[in-house]
Amino acid sequence: MSTFAHDVTFAGVKVGDSLPAVTSKPISRTTLALFAGASGDHNPIHIDIDFAKAAGMPDVFAHGMLGMAYLGHLLTAWVPQRAVREFSTRFVSITQVHAVVTCTGRVVEKREGNLVALEIEAADQNGDVKLAGKAVVELP
Amino acid sequence: MIDRSFIGKTFPPLHVDVEAGQLRNFARATGQRDPIYTDETAAKAAGYRALPAPLTFLFTLDQEREDRFYFINAMGIELGHVLHGEQAFTYGAPICAGDRVTLTCTCMDIYDKKGGAMEFVILKTKATNQLGEDLGTMTGTIVVRDPK
Repeated sequence: MSTFAHDVTFAGVKVGDSLPAVTSKPISRTTLALFAGASGDHNPIHIDIDFAKAAGMPDVFAHGMLGMAYLGHLLTAWVPQRAVREFSTRFVSITQVHAVVTCTGRVVEKREGNLVALEIEAADQNGDVKLAGKAVVELP
Repeated sequence: MIDRSFIGKTFPPLHVDVEAGQLRNFARATGQRDPIYTDETAAKAAGYRALPAPLTFLFTLDQEREDRFYFINAMGIELGHVLHGEQAFTYGAPICAGDRVTLTCTCMDIYDKKGGAMEFVILKTKATNQLGEDLGTMTGTIVVRDPK
């Protein structure tokens, strides 16, 4: 049923391997409104341009957690979600409206216990890094 | 300046139900294409007892409070000056539709940089389900910028 075939094994990965990249659709104002509702993050800075301007920002901008959700898709398209043991990110810079976010990742370390450490990143269409993160997955 | 006496304070626990509709909504809003997040049959075929919550969903469950800006308001922070600095999750048992999750949030640290022009608040939330299983943790770093 699942269209996502997960056949990654500890023996089968090596340091330097890349994860298949995942690219979002362009982030529209509608995307931000729907994500505000669905994620429960109602901070008006992401959906109300009047509020954003009053707070000194030129426009609304994407929720950091939207970018982190996209990074999550990168991980769970590669391994089953239950393989993910740790997942973290820094929000490096603001993701603007209309951005197209591409998530990439690579294997940086293999550890005891079938654990694999990853470095992951979300960047916009200009290559500007928006999120820089890490994850640890446990593989069969 | 945020009152440093919040360091070490634990906020009242939140008990929240994980609903299938809420999970489907989140999947659609994030462009999720894997059917295990929207189709119960696919979720069960993948070994879940119901639709699983995605990797970042503890953050969303924590927004189900009466006052979703609870710590921001309690600490007297200006909402428009808040930026999300970092976010980290560790994982225990899966979270699925139908679960009742208890979230307990503690302020781990508050500090400033650039002579007080930026303040940082670190919050760590622990989560358990109705069976008492450990669901993991989330740790958020909130940056409060002073526009002056």
